[in-house]
Amino acid sequence: MILLWLIIIPLIGGLAAWAVDRKDSAAARWISLAALALDAIVLALFWSDSSTRFDLSRGAWLVELNRPWIPQLGISFHLAMDGLSLVLVALTLFLGIISVVCSWTEIRERAGFFHLNLLWILAGILGVFLSLDLFLFYFFWELMLVPMYFLISIWGHENRVYASLKFFIFTQAGGLLMLLSILALYFFHGKETGIYTFDYALLLGTKLPPFAAFWIMLGFLIAFIVKLPVVPFHPWLPDAHTEAPTAGSVILAGLLLKTGAYGLLRFVLPLFPDAVAQVSQTMLVLSVIGIIYGAVLAFGQSELKRLVAYTSISHMGFVLLGIFAGSRIALSGAVMQIVAHGVSTGALFIIVGMIQERIHTRDMGQMGGFWSAVPRLSGIGLVFALASLGLPGFGNFVAEFMVLLGSYGMHPAITVLAASGLVLSAIYSLWIVQQVFHGEKKEGLHLADLTMRETSMMAAMIIVIFWIGMFPRPLLSTAYPALLSPGHGQAQEQPVGATGGEHEQH
Amino acid sequence: MNSTDLIALLPYLTLAATSIVVMLAIAFYRNHKLTVFLTLAGFVFSAASMGYASGVLPREVTSLFIIDRYAFFYLGLVLLAGFVVAAISFSYLEKHPGHSEEFYLLLLFATLGCTVLAAATHFASFFLGIELLSVSLYALAAYLRHSNKSIEAGVKYLILAAVSSAFILFGMALVYAEAGSMSFSVIASRAAGPEVHHLPFLAGIVMIIVGLGFKLAVVPFHLWTPDVYEGAPAPVTALIATMSKGAVFALVLRYFTRIDIHQHASLLAVITVIAVLSMFAGNFLALLQTNVKRVLAYSSISHLGYLLVTVLASGVLAQAAAAFYLTAYFITTLGAFGVVTMLSDGTRDADSMDDYRGLVWKRPWVAGVFTAMLFSLAGIPLTAGFVGKFYVVAAGVGSALWMVIVVLAINSVIGLFYYLRIIVVLFTRTGDESPALQRTSRSGSLVLAVLTILLVLLGTYPGPLLDIIKETVLF
Repeated sequence: MILLWLIIIPLIGGLAAWAVDRKDSAAARWISLAALALDAIVLALFWSDSSTRFDLSRGAWLVELNRPWIPQLGISFHLAMDGLSLVLVALTLFLGIISVVCSWTEIRERAGFFHLNLLWILAGILGVFLSLDLFLFYFFWELMLVPMYFLISIWGHENRVYASLKFFIFTQAGGLLMLLSILALYFFHGKETGIYTFDYALLLGTKLPPFAAFWIMLGFLIAFIVKLPVVPFHPWLPDAHTEAPTAGSVILAGLLLKTGAYGLLRFVLPLFPDAVAQVSQTMLVLSVIGIIYGAVLAFGQSELKRLVAYTSISHMGFVLLGIFAGSRIALSGAVMQIVAHGVSTGALFIIVGMIQERIHTRDMGQMGGFWSAVPRLSGIGLVFALASLGLPGFGNFVAEFMVLLGSYGMHPAITVLAASGLVLSAIYSLWIVQQVFHGEKKEGLHLADLTMRETSMMAAMIIVIFWIGMFPRPLLSTAYPALLSPGHGQAQEQPVGATGGEHEQH
Repeated sequence: MNSTDLIALLPYLTLAATSIVVMLAIAFYRNHKLTVFLTLAGFVFSAASMGYASGVLPREVTSLFIIDRYAFFYLGLVLLAGFVVAAISFSYLEKHPGHSEEFYLLLLFATLGCTVLAAATHFASFFLGIELLSVSLYALAAYLRHSNKSIEAGVKYLILAAVSSAFILFGMALVYAEAGSMSFSVIASRAAGPEVHHLPFLAGIVMIIVGLGFKLAVVPFHLWTPDVYEGAPAPVTALIATMSKGAVFALVLRYFTRIDIHQHASLLAVITVIAVLSMFAGNFLALLQTNVKRVLAYSSISHLGYLLVTVLASGVLAQAAAAFYLTAYFITTLGAFGVVTMLSDGTRDADSMDDYRGLVWKRPWVAGVFTAMLFSLAGIPLTAGFVGKFYVVAAGVGSALWMVIVVLAINSVIGLFYYLRIIVVLFTRTGDESPALQRTSRSGSLVLAVLTILLVLLGTYPGPLLDIIKETVLF
């Protein structure tokens, strides 16, 4: 039942926030915060419990909920959590709380409806991370789009209507391809076994003719790499990230992109191990293109928020590389990158949001010399710029290092090219620092330094990014066994790198 | 004809009796409220009598009707539509000058025509149903005599519907000449034989398809739709969009399934072309519209295209998908036009985008209902439209209709553009956001609330309806 509660609490919290907004918009914020905090407590209790009650290392489901939903079609309400979902759910709740806190003063209009949308997106994302029925997964997959669409189109910046439409249509188109694939899989499995079901556990290991497997896999793949996004499916991202309100950007970069990566890990690799082998070379090339393309374009931006958006494309390239490199270390690195990028890019978007709240522009040409004026903001900005460039000590370093280490063995050329992304990221990160924090202070800029609320929010993010950078093991040992579960045959068969054995000790 | 036959016909007789009662009531005591009450009661009684009559099903009553569970399912849908239209029309007609009472009489006749279609098994009853429906709709479309647009819609519908009836009639004559019978079952068995290749037989079938295509407003027989949708009073538009299409579709589906159109490659090709064209034309033309009623008109064309996929797909799943999709379409379309009706005033219908600008901040509930309906039309989760679309796609994939299904998927994405455009307008900030003072009618609000609840219920827990469909619609 805990799984159901995890999803229901934000849904109810959102409705409550909306309901009280007529009287008091501060109450709406507190209710949202309380709902997410409650959710986080539920999860924390479960996590601390699970280490004793469950055996994480077996990679089995820690907890499962399976009820018939539409039995006529073989659809069940099947939720389950393993180590991978656990990590992602924790990330969702953490960034959820952060995004409520960071919109505390930014969103003044219709705060109740804003928080309704915010919490419903989070509920949808939680559903995506927990669903084990393909119909249910698709249901949540689509469900999280609608409130996100509202978030961008109502509270976004100047060009919000265009950006939100583009976002919605790109992801919908991908989603429909996935729907076709889900149904094709359903019928293939039904014809073969006589059991018509959308249940993940049963569909796993469906024998598909290679031709069909390839096309069905492609439907899933495209849906997920549009979301990730992989160049050339990325055009929605810079617009959506730039135009969204801060909380929207945080959730987009920190969580929505990750649902794509999660889909690849959870569905594409285990369901179609053979078909994946046919495309993995292409995916590796695309990942390198993404890494370099994102970084180069980031450097070309004059608008700070757009710059951060392009860095996402670059960083998500590492995730794609890690997933398709075919080694366990790279796979763990991809999971690590999911978390580290979620926190560090989320933080950068929040910093952009805080700057915009103060000087009402995102144009870097009008910034400069913040260091003397707002030392706390600038210091924190520097920290996350460094995290983004992959300085050792931060989670991003561990993640990118693991991905490169894991893929070098089999794909040296690709890895060398991907490693150049690290150099490029140093360029754009330091560019941000120079343009915004150093240099001459512009005339007529009046800034206030961070408030207590902002400081503590950023402090929490710094702690997390350092924690996973310095001591990644708890995170890895939680997620890692899930990556090795029976479905992930592809990763299992590959040779193990030098340090891979470390994890087996658990 | 014996007493059991009469029991089977009870829902029909109840409707017919209600129209007579309403007619007499208008003659002796003209009162809008009373008329509405009688009409609604008639629908309720007719629906209730279905329960009583279902004990004697299936039953062939004379050679004209087959009263079975299939007919009853669509009968129920038609009654639901009639009830909703009557309920939302009350406050709408109150705002307009002139007598309102005859409106309900025509509504009852149209409903009767639709119910007849769903049970027709003979050319005579088929034509009877079509004409009963069409003649009522001519008058209904032109009901607002002070409005030029309404009269234009009525005349347009009159001319084109009359032409389509003529096509059907001529087609029937040709088929009769070949088959020597007007009973569908005889014709269906002949269709399996060599006669099917005789020119008059084929020509007759094609002409009937043309006439039916007109009623369903599928491309290329759709040209009347936007104008009539725009000009006709909003509740009548709801009627045309749901009831008249639904009943004709029920008939089409029943006989296309019976003659097994997969035996007839040319027929299959024709339907495929019509379906694909309807999806594309409906969606692309909807993109160009600025008038909400016209957008909904084109959107309904594309939805009929989606629905035709279930005719192309074979098997139990396809029939169930058709029934489910049609139910979802009924609820959604009734809800959407219900909102248009509620927002309309005595001078004009609320069909311009400006009527909806920032509506969500002025009248949150009405705008919320409209948003839900638009999402359902677009097939977004939590709504009936989502499960419906899922079901139709499942039926198509199950029959390996890849080309049509990919077209459907592309069209769903195109459709998003114009649904979202209306939603964006609903959520625009206008500056003037004081809550509107205009009173909303109680009956209308209640009906819309129930429709919205149904919409969400079918979208999240469709099991019970699927059970009903399994019990009734599947052969």
